[in-house]
Amino acid sequence: MILLVLLIVLFAAALLSWVAGAKSHAACRWIALCSLLFNLGIVIRIWLGHTAISGRWWYQYKIDWVPHFGISLHLAMDGLSLLMLALTFFLGALAVLISWKELQTRVGFFHFNLLFVLCGITGVFLTMDLFLFYFFWEMMLIPMYFLIGIWGHEHREYAANKFFLFTQAGGLLMLLAILGLYFVHAANTNVYTFNYFELLNTPMEGATARWLMLGFLVAFLVKLPAVPFHTWLPDAHTEAPTAGSVVLAGLLLKTGAYGILRFVLPLFPAAAAEIAPLAMLLGVAGILYGGMLAFAQTDLKRLIAYTSVSHMGFVLLGAFAFNEIAYQGVVMQMITHGISTGALFIIAGALYERIHTRNLWQMGGLWLRMPLMGSAALIFVMASLGLPGLGNFIAEFLILLGSWPASHLFTILATIGLVIATAYSLRLMQKVFLGPCDRQYAIRDLNGRELVIIISLVIVICWLGFHPQPVLNTTQNTAYVIR
Amino acid sequence: MSFVDFLSLGPLITLCAASVIAMLLVAIWRNHRMVYSFAIIAFLMSMAAVIPAIKYIPHPVPPLLVIDEFSLFNTGLILTAGLIILLLSFNYFEEREERKEEYYMLLILATIGALVLVVSRHFMSLFLGLEILSISLYGLIAYLRARERSDEAGIKYLMLAALSSAFLLFGMALVYAFTGHMDFPGIGAALRQAGYLPVSVMAGFGMMLIGVGFKLGVVPFHMWAPDVYEGAPLPVAAFIATVSKGAMLVLLIRFYQDIQGNDYPMLWWMVAIIAVASMFAGNWLALTQQNIKRILAYSSIAHMGYILVAFLSGVQTGLEALAFYLVAYFITSIGAFGVVIVMSSSLQDAETVADYKGLFWRYPWVATVFTAMLLSLAGIPLTAGFIGKFYVVMAGVNGHQWFLLFMLAINSVIGLYYYIRLVATMFAVPVPGQQTTVVPALPMAGNITLGILTVLLIGLGVYPTAMMQLIQQMMRILS
Repeated sequence: MILLVLLIVLFAAALLSWVAGAKSHAACRWIALCSLLFNLGIVIRIWLGHTAISGRWWYQYKIDWVPHFGISLHLAMDGLSLLMLALTFFLGALAVLISWKELQTRVGFFHFNLLFVLCGITGVFLTMDLFLFYFFWEMMLIPMYFLIGIWGHEHREYAANKFFLFTQAGGLLMLLAILGLYFVHAANTNVYTFNYFELLNTPMEGATARWLMLGFLVAFLVKLPAVPFHTWLPDAHTEAPTAGSVVLAGLLLKTGAYGILRFVLPLFPAAAAEIAPLAMLLGVAGILYGGMLAFAQTDLKRLIAYTSVSHMGFVLLGAFAFNEIAYQGVVMQMITHGISTGALFIIAGALYERIHTRNLWQMGGLWLRMPLMGSAALIFVMASLGLPGLGNFIAEFLILLGSWPASHLFTILATIGLVIATAYSLRLMQKVFLGPCDRQYAIRDLNGRELVIIISLVIVICWLGFHPQPVLNTTQNTAYVIR
Repeated sequence: MSFVDFLSLGPLITLCAASVIAMLLVAIWRNHRMVYSFAIIAFLMSMAAVIPAIKYIPHPVPPLLVIDEFSLFNTGLILTAGLIILLLSFNYFEEREERKEEYYMLLILATIGALVLVVSRHFMSLFLGLEILSISLYGLIAYLRARERSDEAGIKYLMLAALSSAFLLFGMALVYAFTGHMDFPGIGAALRQAGYLPVSVMAGFGMMLIGVGFKLGVVPFHMWAPDVYEGAPLPVAAFIATVSKGAMLVLLIRFYQDIQGNDYPMLWWMVAIIAVASMFAGNWLALTQQNIKRILAYSSIAHMGYILVAFLSGVQTGLEALAFYLVAYFITSIGAFGVVIVMSSSLQDAETVADYKGLFWRYPWVATVFTAMLLSLAGIPLTAGFIGKFYVVMAGVNGHQWFLLFMLAINSVIGLYYYIRLVATMFAVPVPGQQTTVVPALPMAGNITLGILTVLLIGLGVYPTAMMQLIQQMMRILS
């Protein structure tokens, strides 16, 4: 029941903030913020109150929805969902905070969309019914489309359309695969159901499993994004407003990774093992190619967007390495990437607000004007390149450690990716904050609200770097794949 | 004619009587409001007449008609659709035409034609219903005779409908020549007995398909659709998109079931090619249109393609999916046309995409309704269209029609582009100082109707179970 509350709170807050937005902007922002903090509080309480003996599934909730098809409103939470939800509400609250002053047009509708997309993401992380999963998967698209399309930068409509069509195409293939699985299951057991737990052990032929798995995998690879399907990402991230970029990079990409861990690997273990070398190849290609493209960008937000491609390559590599250490690394990477990239987008947004450009060639020497922002950026750039002591290092280290037994070659190639990461990260720092400064006027440094945002992010990333054990414990007994 | 026959045909007889009375009313005293109210009462009474008929199903009225769950369900659907279109009509015609009273008579007549199609299982009644429907539509399409495009559309429809009727008749004759039957079950039995499909019957089916395909507006018999949608008065366009197509589809299902069309691969392939061609042509041609009516016309061509995929799946789920999709499609199409009706002023229909630029910031309510309708057409969750599309895909997977499903998936993405483009236009931030050309009428009745349609749309999207159970029960009896 508590799981349903999480969804209902967000949905109600979405409607409420839309209504309130017409009267008072502040009320609308407070409603959004409070609902997200309330949910974050619930999740943290669950986490703290949890003991290791209570089994893998902490909470379950199930009622029939369309019994005619075997569809039920089935929510469940394990360690992985819990971590993802904590990340969702944390970044969601920050997204509300960063738009506090920056966003002044159509405030009510903006917060409606923001909360609605978070509601969809929450649903994706919680649902254990494949129909419902598809439902939420599609539901989060429309508000995201509006976030990019209405409040975005110059080429917003092009970016929004591209984002929408890419994900929708992937989603439709997943729908076909879901239905295929549904009927294969029914043909073998005579039970028509979309229930994840019942579908888990569907006996099927190798060829069928391969095709169905591909349907799921393509949808998740588009969302992740893996290399041949990544072209929507730089556009969408660049054109979205800051809050939109944070949600996109921090959360929406994670739904793809989550889908691979939750659905592709457990539902089709054999087929997934067959395709593992190819998937790992795509992962490595993403790491290297994404990193190289990031190095070549002149647009700050585009650069950060390409680092996402590179970092998500690690997720793909680890997910298909099939061992416990790599999985823990993947979960860790999902969280730390959400934090560090989210923070970089927040900094890019704050910079854009002050100097009205995203072009790296028009920046430089900003450290002198804004030392606080500079140091914040330095921390997250270091996190992004994998400096020990910060969360991303743990994640990437675990992934590399775990994928070594699976493939020496790919691990070595992926390690080269760390060098590239260093190159583009340092270039970012150099171009923006170091070097000569042509700007003779005073630029406002981070204000109180922005400091609160940045400091909370810094605390989390350092905590993950120095003491990752709670997170690792939470995901420990979630055996994703039987092999 | 027995008493039970009388009760079973109640909805039809009520409407027939109403059409005569409407004619007399107009002859005695011309009053728009009076005829309008009378037409509403007639539709309501006809809907009420469905209830006593339920008791006696299935009840054949040999040799022409049959009243069973399937036909009663669709009778109800068509009457409801007709009523909603009627509700949307009053203001539209009040502002436009001097002699508006005959419109209601023609609308009732056209609905009668559709109802006859729904209950018929014989070539005679098929043709009778089709012609009543078509001839009333000639008048309806050209009703705003002062407008050039309205005349053009009327004449276009007249020529092509007459031509397609000729094909249909020839086809029927060929089928009759071989089988010696004109009732559907008789034809099916005769063909099974023969054990093969001779060329003449094949040609007959092909020619009938031309007649049916024309009414459905599927490729390659779709040429009329955009022009007629554009020229016809908006409520009439909504009527053509829903009632006329729906009735023909119901008839097609009955015919196909009775002759067990799935046994003849040749027939299957003909319909399959039409389905794929309709999806592609409809969606591709809609991509660059700048006129909302034309976009809706092409989108309805594509939607007929989707419906045919369910039809071709050859499984029980397919028929259920079809019925559900039809309901969703009715609600959505009438809703979309309803928005255009409400948005139109007395001087001009709000038909270009530019008229909708920034609509959300000017008329949030209408824009929200339109967004809901467009998202339903695109098949996005929380709307009836999503469940409908899901149902169709499910039927396809169940019937292992992977090829058709891939075509459907590709087309959904293409279709999404122009729906989402329209939505984006409505949400585009308006340039200050920009004048809008159309001042919408926004009549109260129209707004309330749109509200009801939206509630239905979301209701079916969130809680489809009740409707599914109804449909499932109905289809079990059909097969």
